[in-house]
Amino acid sequence: MKQVLLLHVFLLYAATGSFATIIKVHPAANSIHQAIEQAHNGDTLLLQGGFYKEHDILVSKKLTITGQGLPVIDGENKYQVFIIAADSVIIQGLQIQHIGKGSLVDMAGIKIINAKCITIRNNRFINNTYGIYLQNATRCYIVNNTIHSDTKGEINGGNGIHAWKCDGLGIKGNSISGHRDGIYFEFVTHSYIADNTSFENARYGLHFMFSHNDRYTQNTFMDNGAGVAVMYSKGVVMYDNAFNHNWGDASYGLLLKEITDSKIEHNRFIKNTVGIHMESTTRVDVRHNLFSENGWGVRVQASCSGSNFVENNFIGNSFDVTTNGTMMLNVFIHNYWDKYDGYDLDKNNVGDVSYYPVSVYSVITEKIPPAMILYHSLLTNIMEQVEKVMPSIIPDMLKDDQPMMKKLKL
Amino acid sequence: MKTIIKYVLFDLLKNKTIIVYALILAAITISVSGMGDNASKGLLSLLNITLLFVPIISILFSTIYFFNSVEFTELLLAQPIRRKTMLLAEYAGIAVALSIAYLAGVGIPVCILYYTAATLTLLVSGLFLTLIFSALALLIFVLFKDKTKGIGAAIITALFFTLLFDGLLLSFIYSFSDYPVDKPLLGLISLNPVDLARVLVLLQLDVAVMMGYSGALFKKFMGSATGSIYTVICMLCWTVIPLIIAARVFKKKDI
Repeated sequence: MKQVLLLHVFLLYAATGSFATIIKVHPAANSIHQAIEQAHNGDTLLLQGGFYKEHDILVSKKLTITGQGLPVIDGENKYQVFIIAADSVIIQGLQIQHIGKGSLVDMAGIKIINAKCITIRNNRFINNTYGIYLQNATRCYIVNNTIHSDTKGEINGGNGIHAWKCDGLGIKGNSISGHRDGIYFEFVTHSYIADNTSFENARYGLHFMFSHNDRYTQNTFMDNGAGVAVMYSKGVVMYDNAFNHNWGDASYGLLLKEITDSKIEHNRFIKNTVGIHMESTTRVDVRHNLFSENGWGVRVQASCSGSNFVENNFIGNSFDVTTNGTMMLNVFIHNYWDKYDGYDLDKNNVGDVSYYPVSVYSVITEKIPPAMILYHSLLTNIMEQVEKVMPSIIPDMLKDDQPMMKKLKL
Repeated sequence: MKTIIKYVLFDLLKNKTIIVYALILAAITISVSGMGDNASKGLLSLLNITLLFVPIISILFSTIYFFNSVEFTELLLAQPIRRKTMLLAEYAGIAVALSIAYLAGVGIPVCILYYTAATLTLLVSGLFLTLIFSALALLIFVLFKDKTKGIGAAIITALFFTLLFDGLLLSFIYSFSDYPVDKPLLGLISLNPVDLARVLVLLQLDVAVMMGYSGALFKKFMGSATGSIYTVICMLCWTVIPLIIAARVFKKKDI
């Protein structure tokens, strides 16, 4: 048996030809192209520091391409650079810049097409249309890259990391800024996004479409045009992310649309126009989050059902919760509301009277947006106080029966 | 005219009510600024205070002062002075005194604590409100002979602009909610100096985005240079028109 195994190993090496070699590449015309042509599966290309003007480099062998001293590969604002069509390729330590823009082809710094187990780490992507573009890729790891673009405007830009029809991706520790969407997921399953920072993108920090059973944790989304959007997906887990300062006329921290069976826990929503905007969601668990200094903490449309808001802190929001109807099929319980002014006679740290988080003025403005012109006028302040004593306009089904007296430790 | 202004002004600056008014404003300003940790929130509270206190105090105090100094006015009119000059001089004296009180109470602490464009807008709006509501007080003084009726009218006027007008506006928005009311609203709030002041200051703060779509429209107009000029012109009209009417009525008034 052992001999058979050895024979197998020997045959395997015989088939691949030789043991892996290291090929050094220096900046010269077409040097990377030639090096790839000469290389065999399993070889390492060591790109020396310098300036390479090469484009459409097709990597169709299992290679490791490593940069030494941050070599720069320039697309001259006309071309794309790497196209990976082989499995188990590793690209690291490169700077890829100035990718062109095409109306027929989505040009990217690194494009992965129909490949498996690709690793892309410690690279810099500067001023590219698309940074990294994954198309039908499986089990790829994109780690510690810096992806930045100066292009302004939604129409002209591409996405930092664009993934379409992928499975088992790991995207970790990247910093993405100035693109259209920081990270874009469409039909991507069983993937995780962790420790990334996505900021100042023209549209969304993270854009999620039809992507099931994914998790994103410990990311920071700041100052994006419209925040983060998660749509038409199920089984999405969102832990420990920070949504900060997504502030603007049409901006929100997190937009959920048709999300099913998902979890939102331990996130921080600070200074967003809307903390979470929910539309047609089913069974979404919102627990242990902090909503602080947002315009609207949570906007739950009446089309949402079966969602639980448990043990969240609502602090210093202009409006804590707003909704567009009287029906409420979601549960709010054990949250801390800084506007709660009830009492706790039995000292069990749970308020004895229910808290109605929807203010009357937010009901009015939800129905008739122009009424917002009376924002902060004496009349609306008085109306709030009256409604607190005798609720008549606000949806009385939306209430927290056991509000916490003290801020929860999250 | 200068002598009368000087006399009224000195008389008022010695007045305890003015000093207390300034001190209360200062106390509120400092306590409010100390509580909030960010400038925007502090300014919002200050805005609410300005919009509530300045109109009511200005109009009530001025009305009472005008009625109390009726004898002084009559004495002055026995001199060879034009009625209009006398009236405007009295107005100028009281408006300047109240403005000084407002600036001392709110302006100085606020400029030391946080100095931004929004702060300036707040101060300018506050000053305009002082001028407008003392002008309205003058009009009330001229129109009514009886002090009690005058004070009643002053209270009603102040309440109308701070509260009632917004109620009417809200019912207007409600009843015409199926129509695009954004532009008519812009015109309608020009009819209320308190609303003008509020929207002008709100647009300078980051809460402006909360006004949403209609906010964007207001911002496009009132946030622009033309809009600011329009607002200032509206406020000026609100000051000048009551004064002109008052002067006209006073000319023919039987004292």
